[in-house]
Amino acid sequence: MNQMNRALYMRRRMRNTVFLSLSVFAAIFGIAWLALILYSLVTKGMEALSFSVFTQMTPSQGGTGGLANAIAGSLIMSTLAVVIGTPIGIFGGTYLAEYGRHNLLSVVVRFINDILLSAPSILIGLFVYQLIVAPMHGFSAYAGIVALAVIVIPVVVRTTENMLLLVPNTLREAAAALGTPRNHVIRTVTWRAARAGIVTGVLLAVARISGETAPLLFTALGNSGWSWETLPLGKAGTISYPAMDAPMASLPKVIFDFAGSADDGLHRLAWTGALIITFAVLTLSILARIFESQREL
Amino acid sequence: MVSTDLNENFAASGRDAALRRFTRGDSRFRLLTQLAAFLVVLIFVGIIITLFIGAEPAIKAFGWGFFTSSVWNPVTEKFGAFPLIYGTLVTSALAMIVAVPVGIGIAIFLTELCPRQLKRPIGIAVELLAGIPSIIYGIWGFFIFVPFFQTTIEPWLIGIFANIPILQDMFAGPPYGIGIFTAALILSIMILPFISAVTRDVFATVPPILKEAAYGLGCTTWEVMWRIVLPYSRGGVVGGAMLALGRALGETMAVTFVVGNAHHINMSLLAPGTTISATVANEFAEALGDLYIPALIYAGLILFIITFLVLAAAQLMLRSLDQRSGGGSK
Repeated sequence: MNQMNRALYMRRRMRNTVFLSLSVFAAIFGIAWLALILYSLVTKGMEALSFSVFTQMTPSQGGTGGLANAIAGSLIMSTLAVVIGTPIGIFGGTYLAEYGRHNLLSVVVRFINDILLSAPSILIGLFVYQLIVAPMHGFSAYAGIVALAVIVIPVVVRTTENMLLLVPNTLREAAAALGTPRNHVIRTVTWRAARAGIVTGVLLAVARISGETAPLLFTALGNSGWSWETLPLGKAGTISYPAMDAPMASLPKVIFDFAGSADDGLHRLAWTGALIITFAVLTLSILARIFESQREL
Repeated sequence: MVSTDLNENFAASGRDAALRRFTRGDSRFRLLTQLAAFLVVLIFVGIIITLFIGAEPAIKAFGWGFFTSSVWNPVTEKFGAFPLIYGTLVTSALAMIVAVPVGIGIAIFLTELCPRQLKRPIGIAVELLAGIPSIIYGIWGFFIFVPFFQTTIEPWLIGIFANIPILQDMFAGPPYGIGIFTAALILSIMILPFISAVTRDVFATVPPILKEAAYGLGCTTWEVMWRIVLPYSRGGVVGGAMLALGRALGETMAVTFVVGNAHHINMSLLAPGTTISATVANEFAEALGDLYIPALIYAGLILFIITFLVLAAAQLMLRSLDQRSGGGSK
């Protein structure tokens, strides 16, 4: 009897050791891959990193150049997408958390929003292609911006709702007891209390779209330089600005094209672009975490 | 309520006006937020409608045969999506086979074994890595992983499985480097942080008292994880895995680089193949003709339906978990 218990005990101990070692191994395995990716990104990306990357236009096959138009294109499109998507997302999230916590519309919106959050982004590219590119008979920065904005909205809706739900009801009740109208309560009390969290959501959305490639492939397409539009200002001469109804370059798309080319110089630029994107995304995510930790709630 | 005889009073009528103004402002603001919320539904419905409209010519031309045909010929305008659907499902399934156990292993490590000082940094690192864009995995896979696979791993796999009946067909040469197998592994590395982050969060919802009781009865750490924590959080773990599956199915950039973009089905996992998203990404911008673009959109519609089903199932599982742990969803 005693012998049997001992055997059972040893077997349980053994199984424990084996599986726990496996889980440690899994952790090492996972982290090693990810470390490896970061390592090659930094070493390969540094090779072509220089000042001219930020000042020169993207080269054609065999040429030299930088990523200036791609970086600027990404910045312009991401910024405008966030400018369009953020208010919609915040209002939508506000509805879910403040007005329709339990009604049917909210249940449906919540469900669909969470699906859109993980839906394949290439399908959003197809959607915007059908919606804007095909009717306008051409790829354009507008289309790229709309595609990115469609990705921003669900991210902001989700974080806004979550953050507003964390605001204690006593704050709303106290404000309402003073006779404050509902919209005033929301704008001056709950939004303010949840501000840090909402900013976090927006930063996460920016991080998300700054690396998105698939939705840009057939919306903004790409551009080896700049398309300028000139606006005559009478006597003051003219002012030039980037044309929004023309294709626009973006960093992820350039990486995709350059990596697929047969030119070593372009490969090096692709790696540098990848390093820049990763750096930007990680910085944004860390900023978002800092904001989140400063939440006053 | 203000009594009626005060209504003639100037102050009261001013108050009425203010009240009306407030009410008007309130209903406008409410309408604005409601419209924004409704826009989310509109986008979703818009995606479905535009995909159907765009795919219509192809649906008419190929019908259900699109699912089973393996022809992909832009010149004669004959298209079939079977290799695309096959590649999408196989790469995702293989990726899940690798990533789910490893992801759960990492979550177990983080919740039970990790020294306290390392818990936060490793947890944060995992979360940050989940946010790295897929194009980075794609370019890394293409330049680093593929050559390594071609020269080292694949010849080795072909060698060891050479005389085992079924496996010798699944791992038949030549080693291209690119292919279904490589794409699946890149996908698994990509969804790994995602699975571990979700699983870790779900493990955290297990009441400590359950674990303490099990430890008190003399359970080993593994027994506590396997018999208490995993069963308790099963819904959440499965839901998280389904979310990851949804991402894997629709993942584009990481796969496009390494899958090989070949429109045929090969028994061997090492052979090049393609997925729905990779095909659309590669061919859409250059597609010409009356049926080429509709065929690609048709394929996109199929992808949409598959991912919708998976993501909807994931949500239902995570929702029921939220309700049990008393709300506060993440």
